Amino acid sequence: MSAAALKMTYREACKQAIRDALLADPRCFVMGEDVGKYGGCYAVTKGLLEEFGPERIRDTPLAENGFTGAGVGAALAGLRPIVEIMTCNFSLLALDQIMNNAATIPHMSGGQFAVPLVIRMATGGGRQLAAQHSHSLEGWYAHIPGLKVLVPATVEDARFMLAAAMADPNPVLIFEHVVLYNAEGELDPAVTAVDITHAKLRRPGRDVSLVTYGNSLPKCLAAAETLAADGVEAEVIDLRVLRPLDMTTIAGSLSHTRRVVIVDEGWKSGSISAEIAARLAEDALYELDAPVVRVCSREVPVPYAAQMEDAALPQVAAIVAAARRLVRP
Amino acid sequence: MSDKIHLDRAHLHQQYRQMLRIRRFEAKCVELYQAQQIRGFLHLYDGEEAIAVGVMAALEPRDAVLATYREHGQALARGVPMRSLMAEMLGKREGCCLGRGGSMHLFDRERRFYGGNAIVGGGLPLAVGIAMADKQLRPGAVTACFFGEGAVGEGAFHESMNLAQLWQLPLLFVCENNLYAMGVPLEDSEAETQIWRKAQAYRMAAEQVDGMEPVQMEAAARRAVARIRAGQGPVFLEARTYRFRAHSMFDTQAYRTRDEIEDWKQRDPIERLRAWMQANHQLNDDEAAAIDAEVLAEIDDAVAFAEAGTLEAVEDLERFVLMDEVVQEALR
Repeated sequence: MSAAALKMTYREACKQAIRDALLADPRCFVMGEDVGKYGGCYAVTKGLLEEFGPERIRDTPLAENGFTGAGVGAALAGLRPIVEIMTCNFSLLALDQIMNNAATIPHMSGGQFAVPLVIRMATGGGRQLAAQHSHSLEGWYAHIPGLKVLVPATVEDARFMLAAAMADPNPVLIFEHVVLYNAEGELDPAVTAVDITHAKLRRPGRDVSLVTYGNSLPKCLAAAETLAADGVEAEVIDLRVLRPLDMTTIAGSLSHTRRVVIVDEGWKSGSISAEIAARLAEDALYELDAPVVRVCSREVPVPYAAQMEDAALPQVAAIVAAARRLVRP
Repeated sequence: MSDKIHLDRAHLHQQYRQMLRIRRFEAKCVELYQAQQIRGFLHLYDGEEAIAVGVMAALEPRDAVLATYREHGQALARGVPMRSLMAEMLGKREGCCLGRGGSMHLFDRERRFYGGNAIVGGGLPLAVGIAMADKQLRPGAVTACFFGEGAVGEGAFHESMNLAQLWQLPLLFVCENNLYAMGVPLEDSEAETQIWRKAQAYRMAAEQVDGMEPVQMEAAARRAVARIRAGQGPVFLEARTYRFRAHSMFDTQAYRTRDEIEDWKQRDPIERLRAWMQANHQLNDDEAAAIDAEVLAEIDDAVAFAEAGTLEAVEDLERFVLMDEVVQEALR
């Protein structure tokens, strides 16, 4: 990293990315609840109303299905909307428009209409927001053909994934983890773009692969530190994109570690971790020297009380324990 | 295009011909369904033709149209070629959506026909967004969104009403109130059965129209479209109508009486226009016979075209799930 590295929060990186998109294309606009006068529930769009005006930073009524569908329609007819849904729990009110329209119209119309739409939403637990504001639903969306699902875990991805999403002709969902908004990172001035097709190696290691995304990435990196002190070299793979999944990078890591722990803040049943495990079983079983292990959220609505919330979500200690069991059974 | 109807002979014949095309197309669909050449769900428009035909007469090529799963009539009246519609019914590659959409999902980019939507109320938020885009990119263009009275129970309806009026969008809402949401009568499902009043509650200009009366329907649509084009915000039309056939092909119609259906058939919009034109010397027997023959010939041609059509290769099943390929081709 060069000396001119720029320090920035994840929140600021999201904002700069949106600002870039607005400056780059007059067809781009932001729409959602409290994105304007309030500055965004998580303050991501703070200041953008003053710079771009109410037509391009558009406050909406509390009508997730209505304004998300309007985003789909605007994309169909030539605009490049960025729809913000305050939390992914609210996105369930817009699921009809996301799944039945955005994800189906291109295929159903025989390729006549594209839906170049970006939907950003906050995801995840860890801030004591309780069961209706803390879920991780990105794995659900990754089930749906026609969508792309991005899960930026670093300041760099928060800063540059949006541009790639805006250039993509498909509906792209970006899940920003609420715990990460305050995270600080350094931006390498040499990096001005990222892809939205590949998983990325975040820490090399030889003994076990920790495959993860979102706010579980810093947890896995912390776990790898702890394991290293113990002589266990964990490799950390950041998925970055849940749909389409980059199985090649995962398989590449497994080919030398031969052991894998998948860490996913979603519930274990029917999760993206289940999908990865299934694909490994189908395509890479003989690469593995041990069964796939998963560390996921407990199968409960995320509770408010801190000790209960901690117990519900994947934590560093559990990741360390899982990796140790795999490496030294 | 003028906001006044010119009741000249040619225009009246055109409207009559359009309604007849729809009626005959639907009859042919029933025949092909019974022959198992058309499968899946099939929802027919008989009785409601005056609405689609009246509204389309007020629209221009730059305008956008959205409809429901009962949209053969809107597609035909909008000018989607009958050949491509019939081929779509038969699941052929020559269909407007390569045979992937079928009866409920007719799309035509060239004519700005944004579907066919099989989710009740699902098209309304899309219409809001298309009108937003048009306001910026195609000033003066109008989006016409058709839906049934069943849709007004959906949240999407209320959210869309509010957004359209709040943002003063160039949007025409056309509620085809045929009195039954599948089998549930309007009075059993809505506390307020005067649907246009719901739009008024959003401070939207709203009007109730006799959807069985072609001239009144067209006149109302022209007034509405003129107002929208003039930048005066969205307009809501409630067209009172009736479907002569069952909801779909799997409906015993236990929820309504034969007498009621027969009563409404006395108000058949096609018969009504023909009788009026004949009484006012706007249509003679030769002209009526000629129109009839033209329509029948068009139907025969469309069926022949569709039957001779090909099937999309199953190797292309995953094509257009993502649109990267299409966009790259467009750039090439």
